[in-house]
This record gives sequence, C-alpha cells and structure tokens, in this order.
Amino acid sequence: MPDIQEIQIHDPAARAALAVEDLPDAVGEKMVLNMGPSHPATHGVLRIVLELDGEIITKADPDIGYLHRGDEKIAENMTYTQFIPYTDRLDYLAPLANNVAYALAVEKLLGIDRDLPPRCQYIRVMCAELARISAHLLGLGAFAMDMGAVTVFLLTFTDREKIYNLAEAISGARFTTSYTRIGGVMRDLPPGWLDQCRKFCDEFIPSLNEIETLLTRNRIWVDRIRNLAVISKEDAIDFGLSGPNLRGSGIEWDLRKNQPYLCYKDLEFDIPTGSVGDCYDRYLVRMEEMRQSARILQQCIQKIPGGADNKTKEPVNVPDGKVVLPPKQNVMTKMEELIHQFILVTQGMNCPPGEIYFGHENPKGELGFYIDSRGGGTPYRMKIRAPSFVNLSIIPKIFPGCLISDTVAVLGSLDFVMGECDR
Amino acid sequence: MTSLEFAQKLKARFGDLISEPAEFRGEITVKVSEAEQIVEICEFAKKELDFNYLVDISSVDNYGEDPRWTVIYHLRGLAHGGELRLKTEVSEEKSELPTVTKVWQTANWHEREIYDMMGVRFRGHPDLRRILMWEGYPYFPLRKDFPLAGKPSELPGVAFTKPAPMAGGPFVTVAGGNDAIAREPRVRIPETDAVELNARVEARGDNKETRGRAFGPGPIEPKK
Repeated sequence: MPDIQEIQIHDPAARAALAVEDLPDAVGEKMVLNMGPSHPATHGVLRIVLELDGEIITKADPDIGYLHRGDEKIAENMTYTQFIPYTDRLDYLAPLANNVAYALAVEKLLGIDRDLPPRCQYIRVMCAELARISAHLLGLGAFAMDMGAVTVFLLTFTDREKIYNLAEAISGARFTTSYTRIGGVMRDLPPGWLDQCRKFCDEFIPSLNEIETLLTRNRIWVDRIRNLAVISKEDAIDFGLSGPNLRGSGIEWDLRKNQPYLCYKDLEFDIPTGSVGDCYDRYLVRMEEMRQSARILQQCIQKIPGGADNKTKEPVNVPDGKVVLPPKQNVMTKMEELIHQFILVTQGMNCPPGEIYFGHENPKGELGFYIDSRGGGTPYRMKIRAPSFVNLSIIPKIFPGCLISDTVAVLGSLDFVMGECDR
Repeated sequence: MTSLEFAQKLKARFGDLISEPAEFRGEITVKVSEAEQIVEICEFAKKELDFNYLVDISSVDNYGEDPRWTVIYHLRGLAHGGELRLKTEVSEEKSELPTVTKVWQTANWHEREIYDMMGVRFRGHPDLRRILMWEGYPYFPLRKDFPLAGKPSELPGVAFTKPAPMAGGPFVTVAGGNDAIAREPRVRIPETDAVELNARVEARGDNKETRGRAFGPGPIEPKK
C-alpha cells in the first residue's frame, strides 16, 4: 500500500499571494529556447538558439551546417561534367536553375558562354523560369502553411506537380534533373513539350489568381505579416541579400536585367520591388515574379528558334567536339570523334587557367560559382556563393524584437533552403 | 565608368600596394600586396568608388607554395553595376588578416566559413567560430592536405547521451544490432504463411464458436 502524503491546498487568495512572491525571481530572467534543427517551420535543418524575454526575442543565433556535405571539396576531385548532378542537390527545389547556373559558369571559364546556340539559350531560360515558379510556389505554400493556411499548400503543390511532369519530360527525372551539359543541354525538347508548357502557363495564371484571393487581402494573413521584420535598403545591401529578399526591400537589382545572360535581353519582363521591406512585401514580390516568369515562358514558346518540333534542325549544343560529347553514331565511325569522346570522358574538357565568377539569378537569389582553374578538366578550387547562406546571415539582425510566434513568418518570408546554405 | 577605370582609380590612390589590373573573361582582378591594408582599401572602394555590395569572399589553398593562402573579395556597386575582384595573399605561418566586417556586415559569415574550412583567422572579427562544421572539430576540411574521404574525429557527445526511449524495442535501431527485418516481430515468410496462420488460429482457439464474436477473438481458452 502506498504511503499517504499530505497535500496542502491553498485557497485562491493564498495562491495569488504565493505567485506574487515568486514573481521577482522571474522578472528580468531570460530564457534560452532551442528551435530546430528538426522543427517543421525551419524548412530543413536550421537551428536557431533564441534568447527570450517573455515572449519577445532578444537575441537569435542561427546554427547551420547540419546538411554540410562538402560539395566544394568534392568538386575539386572530379571533372566539371561530373559535378552537374551535385548542383541538383544545392537548391533542391529548383534543380533546373542550378544546372543552368553551373553550366554557364563553366562556359564562362571556357569562353563559350556567348556562343551558345539560340535554341539552347531559350531552352535554358525556360528551364530557369519553370524552376523559379516551382521554387516560389513551394516557398509560398510552406510559408502559408506555417501561418495556418493549409489550403494554399495543397493548391501550390497541384501546380508544382505539373512542373515536375514537364521536368520529367525533358530530363527523365522529376527532381534531380541534371539537364544541362557544359556547352548545351542533355537533349532537345521532346515532341509536344512546348504545347504542354503552354497549357501549363494558361492554367497557372488562374490558379495563381485563386491563391491570391486566399491570401493577398486576407485580414489574418495581412495582419500577421505586415510591418514584420522590416529590412531597410541599407541593411539589405550591407548584409548582401539577393533575389526577392533584396527586391522586397525596394532595391531594383536583378541579374537578368543588370547583367543579362542567355537571351534575357530579347525578352520583356518587369522587376517587381517592395516599398517597405517587410514580410508582406517579400510575399508580394514573389507572387509578381511568378507572373513575370509565366510571361517570359509564353514569350519563349513564341520565339524559340526551330519551334516545337525543331524541323529546321537548330543545334542545342555548341559545335565544339572538345567540349560537348559527339553523337554516338560518329563515335563509332570516325576516328577524331572517338578520340574526343575518350578524352572528354576520362579527363574532361581542357579548361584554360584563370579565375571567373558567374552569378545567376536563381529563385532564392544570386547563386554564384567562383572557379579557380589551373588548367585541365578539374577545378583547383570552386567556391559556391549560396544565396540562402547569405540571406540567413541577417537573422541575428532582424529577429530581436519579434515575438516568438513571428519566427515562423519571418523564416517563411526569407525563403531559404538548407541544401544550398550548408552545401 | 567601367570596372577597369575603377581599378585604375584604386591604383592611383594606393600606388604600389595595388598590382596592375588583370583582365580575364571581362572580369578585372587586382592583387593587394599587403594583406594588412585590405580594410583601408575596402573602405576606400566602398566610400569613394561606391562598391556598396560585397558579393562573396572566397579562399584558395595554394598548397606547396608560399604564401599558402589567397583570400578573394568580390565587390560590386549596385548603383553603377561595376564589379571588381581583390586578391590578397597570406602566409601559412601568419594565417591571419584583418576583418572587413566593419565595412560590409555580410563579411561576417563569409569570414567564419573561411576560418572553418581553411583555418585562416580574421583579426577583429566579432564572432569567429566554426560555422558549417561543429565546435571542436579538429581539422580544416578544404585544405589541400585534407583527404577527400575525411579523417576520423570524435563527434560531440551531446547527441546520444542516453539510450533512446524505446531502445531494445522492435522499432528502434541499435548500432550493430539486428536489421529491421530480423527485428520485426510480425514478419512473415510467404511460403510458410498458410502453415503459420493455421498454427496461430489453432493456438488461439479461434474456431467456429468464437469467430462470430463482436469484439475480436476474445480470451484464449486453455485447451482441454
């Protein structure tokens, strides 16, 4: 039989008096709260050590590196072409855009980035814009879901599924596409792909309008994120933000406009910017960017040289056997092409010594590759400038003063991905 | 103003400290001969030449050469769109240079990453800790003498201080223990399925009288 314990039950007045007695110890005492690395709102494995005064954050210290795989070290130990699949896994929500960025960086080193065939440029632009829509849709869906609007997540995933189908049709993979090659793309567009893409664009805008009716003027949504975590223009530049986070603070800087690459010069699109720099502005910028991406896609479908079936046999690769693998038919029958094939596969393309940096306007911001080449088929050093890494570094600046329940909103509006941040 | 003109302005101001601008693929690179002066040069580039945006800081390990480290700063001016790359070298014995966090705050994490990956220290950095690897990791993995396969090191002891709450149970993996198939109590092998099922039905006493019960098979009655 258990022992009988005496329990003292105070009346309400006595309890209140006791609580007041305990109060002075709690006042001014800060609590340290560990958020993540496996927290649903940190979208991956971000850990933030928060220091709280009551419900208000007084200090935030992000702890990253849980997904560090040593991509830069790996890149030093393989040929340029072999690294393409690793770029899929940087920003794994927009693998097509990463492929394009990496291929352009190596082509800049080779000096062939201006000689890409027009059809290849259009295909790459379409890939990058599809990836942008896909990444923004996920960012938006996850952002809204963290705020309690689960429906938005379901709607955005319906559209993302169509983009996955398009990616599967061109590359054979839905997620890890590895579609580009140095000097071109893996293969030309399959028959009917442009029609499928046009259909997607036509369906996407009404679908985005529907999402917009759920959020943009929704009282709960607006009250929750407006004037939250305001990033001033000066801070945005000082902390090196890029992409929608930089434009959300009102700075009109987009690498597609300011340092045009591929065929962006021939396409019409606008760069949306925010006015306040709060979470709501960043949300609005992303919404508008998706519309602009759809606009670019529609122009590409109209303008692409060769059209849907490529009846005129427009090339999609640079005509340089020392960069792009020759067709299998020729490898089997011609001596020179056999040698090219052998050298390319075993040693990689012969890159000149030198150093280049190429920044690409990725969905999350500026994805840059700094390549230090000492000649040969392997980089001596490759630094990846990951936009999420830089964008997250502003957390210690903007978190203090926010409520603890605001953290999920701020993280959602920064829209980062840890695969890229940790590399 | 082009990037080359910016580089020449920098050269005009600092003289021998700055090398002749080198161009490759349309990018301008200047070498800074004395790493200690990097803050002054960066401040001048930011204030006078309006390079308000620091894109990136990279580092290169020139293993077997002297000086061993190269630190590379990518500068950009958002107003004029010009870009400039500054390079400076640091010897292995010193492995230290001043921080530029006071010029651009974004340098904070870039410098922490270089410290973490290469082991180059930045003097005056407000918070020079490891960033991608964990605190207490003994190596610098991006150095050329660090093997690709890695080196064994002790993981921090905070991850698994106690056995997992359901360790030893069917759903918790134990290092070196049985695999999931072997541990799974309900595993069935297809050939013996029918035999086993019959045996189980028999053991349970699940016969015609008990089968019709509303709430499951009911208590197992001992065989008479």
